[in-house]
Amino acid sequence: MNSCILDIRDLEISFFTQAGEIKAVNNISLQLKDGEVLGIVGESGSGKSVASYSIMGLIAEPGKIVNGNIRFNNHTIETMGKKELQKIRGKEVSIVFQDPNTSLNPLLSIGSQLIEVIIRHTNKTKKEAKERAVELLGLVGMNEVDKRLKQYPYEFSGGMLQRVMIAIALACEPKLLIADEATTALDATIQAQILELLLQIKKKNSMSIIMITHDFSVIANICEKVAVMYAGRIIEYGKTEDILYNPKHQYTMGLLKATPNINSHIHEKLVPIKGSPVDLLNPPLGCPFAPRCEKCMKICLRSMPKNKVISDDHYTACWLLEKKLWS
Amino acid sequence: MRSLIKHIVKRFAYSLFTIFLIATITFFLMNLVPGGPFLSEKNLSPQITEVMNDKYGLNEPVIIQYKNYMIKLAQGDLGVSIINKGRDINDIIYEKFLISAKVGFITIVLAITIGIAMGVVAAISKGKLVDRLLTIFSTLGMAVPNFVIATALLIIFGVKLRILPTYGLSSSAHFILPVLTLAFYPMAYIARLLRTTMLDVLDQDYIRTARSKGLSEFQVLVKHGLRNAITPIITYLGPMIAYILTGSFVVEKIFSIPGLGGEFIGSINGRDYPMIMGTTIFLATIMVSMNFIVDILYKVIDPRIELN
Amino acid sequence: MELQQDQEKLMHKNPFSFQLNSDDFLPAKSNEDLVREYKKTSYWNEIFHSFLKKKVALIAFVVIVFVFFLAFTIPLFYEYSYDQQIRGSENLRPFEYSEQELNLKSQGETVVPHLLGTDTLGRDVFIRVLMGTRISLIVGIVASIIVLVIGAIYGSIAGFFGGKLDLIMMRIVDVIYTVPDILIIILLSVSLREPLNVLYEKNLFFSQLEVLGPGLTSIFITFSLLYWVGMARIIRAQVVMLKEQEYIIAAKALGASNTRIITKHLLPNLIGTIIVTTTLQIPTAIFTESFLSFIGLGVAAPMPSLGSLAADAMGGINSYTYRLIAPTVAISVIILSFNLFGDGLQEVFDPKLKEKR
Repeated sequence: MNSCILDIRDLEISFFTQAGEIKAVNNISLQLKDGEVLGIVGESGSGKSVASYSIMGLIAEPGKIVNGNIRFNNHTIETMGKKELQKIRGKEVSIVFQDPNTSLNPLLSIGSQLIEVIIRHTNKTKKEAKERAVELLGLVGMNEVDKRLKQYPYEFSGGMLQRVMIAIALACEPKLLIADEATTALDATIQAQILELLLQIKKKNSMSIIMITHDFSVIANICEKVAVMYAGRIIEYGKTEDILYNPKHQYTMGLLKATPNINSHIHEKLVPIKGSPVDLLNPPLGCPFAPRCEKCMKICLRSMPKNKVISDDHYTACWLLEKKLWS
Repeated sequence: MRSLIKHIVKRFAYSLFTIFLIATITFFLMNLVPGGPFLSEKNLSPQITEVMNDKYGLNEPVIIQYKNYMIKLAQGDLGVSIINKGRDINDIIYEKFLISAKVGFITIVLAITIGIAMGVVAAISKGKLVDRLLTIFSTLGMAVPNFVIATALLIIFGVKLRILPTYGLSSSAHFILPVLTLAFYPMAYIARLLRTTMLDVLDQDYIRTARSKGLSEFQVLVKHGLRNAITPIITYLGPMIAYILTGSFVVEKIFSIPGLGGEFIGSINGRDYPMIMGTTIFLATIMVSMNFIVDILYKVIDPRIELN
Repeated sequence: MELQQDQEKLMHKNPFSFQLNSDDFLPAKSNEDLVREYKKTSYWNEIFHSFLKKKVALIAFVVIVFVFFLAFTIPLFYEYSYDQQIRGSENLRPFEYSEQELNLKSQGETVVPHLLGTDTLGRDVFIRVLMGTRISLIVGIVASIIVLVIGAIYGSIAGFFGGKLDLIMMRIVDVIYTVPDILIIILLSVSLREPLNVLYEKNLFFSQLEVLGPGLTSIFITFSLLYWVGMARIIRAQVVMLKEQEYIIAAKALGASNTRIITKHLLPNLIGTIIVTTTLQIPTAIFTESFLSFIGLGVAAPMPSLGSLAADAMGGINSYTYRLIAPTVAISVIILSFNLFGDGLQEVFDPKLKEKR
């Protein structure tokens, strides 16, 4: 069995705003093995980004880790200081954000944004860092690299910029790469190229990847495990094929029904999930999905179900599964 | 690059036209004065009348005088002063402007450095006590007219405490009160503007990227934050120069500084019309050229701005 | 008792074992009434209520109203007038009486005290400061109305019709924008001094305006010639932006007339910008007037202005320092209040700004 690169236990993250405490991440536990690709799916506001930013200690004010611990690559993240965190960010764990057009500094050349991270984390001279930058841009599939280095973000297309972002993220060969909706803003063809690129690099560098997305086609393409998040909780977790073909939670089923399937021969109807996400300021007493759940029971409104193991590596938190025990 | 040169040429033509326009407006406005600008009701000494007549043709129709004035102006000749017994206005402006420029330069440096520092500090401590105090300061600084600040400083440091000189510019201590007075508003303005732009920038995705790269807080704030936030400040340089120049009218009067601003007010009260015209055109030229420089600078610094 | 406590403790730890029964697994009936409803309020109602929450702006507004009230009512019944020179009562300190006044008092007559003393000509400073305040307010309001009318009309025409017309109109604005306004104001007030005096003497209508003096007249002229360009630019930008909005395009596609688009869609969306820009124009105008009066180019004597009062008081800075306080504090409070009020309005009309401040 591979060792764990990442081990999150009972993590709770809250944002303390004027309106009150917003529980963005509510008691999640998660393990990631070396070289594993994990997908995290969920609607916007489900806490998937906050949870993964916390691995880098990147939660913005007024957010705070209230409880739980994060062990990443032999570091205890939640107790680390600012300076220590800076040392692992971009080096051992790095991130690729959703919109490449806004995620790069418009006033700095691509080269300087790439070189600064290399210089920050290695002992390379400026010249060596530049050589590494050239190598990296080649790795992500760019031509005329020397010329590209001097150019500014506005001279690139979205797909090209995302390649630059990936090059920056890979600069110090991190153990873990977080891709936060990294392909969402791109055209479908570019999206496929970028995913392909990520997989290639993953094999070469033996790193782990967390793919944050709301797109099941991305999951199906590259992920080994999937965590489905709703209202700050992981409500279902399992191997990709389990989640896609044998989902147990009503929310996961709903999400899948709302996703178009291009290979299906039957003319399937897309079914939207009714209602809107929960108000995290006043989270419901019971299961957060209960107000929108078609099979909602009395108990669902009253208390939160526990995780129920279905098979190896597949668990979910739903009262319906308890019901089967009772009846 | 070619589009930049084209842009520079275009803006230059624009600026020249504006200066020409201001000179024209100045000339014709001054002709509303009975007797015209070159012959006010003052008793002119014969030699001044002679020089004036020689230059502009005092008995010619206004339009010919205008033509003569513009030709002289194009050659850089602003004429002669009436009060100063026929002294060349160019000489007076040169002499007095050097003094004003010294005060103005120190003011600009002070206003920009402290203003930027205050803006950055306010932005990164948003909502905290420091931020509130700085916001109160900049709100006050923008509301209080410069003559009020000047009198307040004068009363406190000159009359009550008697620790700072208030008259003239004979030592470096003499610079303190005038420079503080002039720097107050631009400082407050820059602090407020920078706070807004800095907060805006710190919210941007690329700042998050910079943090995720593990850069030090200093690198994030200065290299990625300040650098982007500071560009809008450049556009304020033009108005700031204009503010400091007109502010010098008041400050030089109050602190008895022998600069161009005080001279200008003196020429207004003494109805030295050629001097008023000359100074107006000179000051306007400085303001317009500053706007021109700022405009070009802005385009050069920010590669994104489309040149059309 | 103890048992009950234990049970409760256990319940918190593990709710399942105690509460679960088969009834819990029956379908819940009403899980959909958790959808919240929002109260509908009118636009102006909302603006009004969110303004009430802006404490600073609200205080500023109260101060403005109070200053207006003082400046326009007290001079109506006050004992002294702004140009009345009381012989023998020169250079009095606040609440000080001259010998004559003391005599009158001892005879049992009531003598109204000089709240802020008198100036070198024996004029009551309090009423002069009030009159100066009045001048400042009038200048601020009139000048910004001029700016509003010219700027809003010009800007909305350019923005609405667009094309070549817009291009030409905005080029003109560009040129005017680069003209240094203070210099032109000074130039105007210098050159208009004589011709205006002639005009005042000849024409009955213009003689009414004499109190304004060439300084104020040139301020108004300059504002109508130069200052509106800022307003015009803002309004044009807004109109152009609004024109591109989907709902305007939709209205057009549905065959709405130009008048309907302007009155039903454009104006209501512009009104916030117009109000805010106009309000923020007022302190600029007041500032300019006091500046001019301070350097001796504003209102004509004996009419006081806060700027000229400060300039007069500068003469006696060593012996009568207190005389500087009233006019300078007054002008600062007025400008500050209008600034804060305008900022508050801006936040109310453009809530996105609020986050940053």
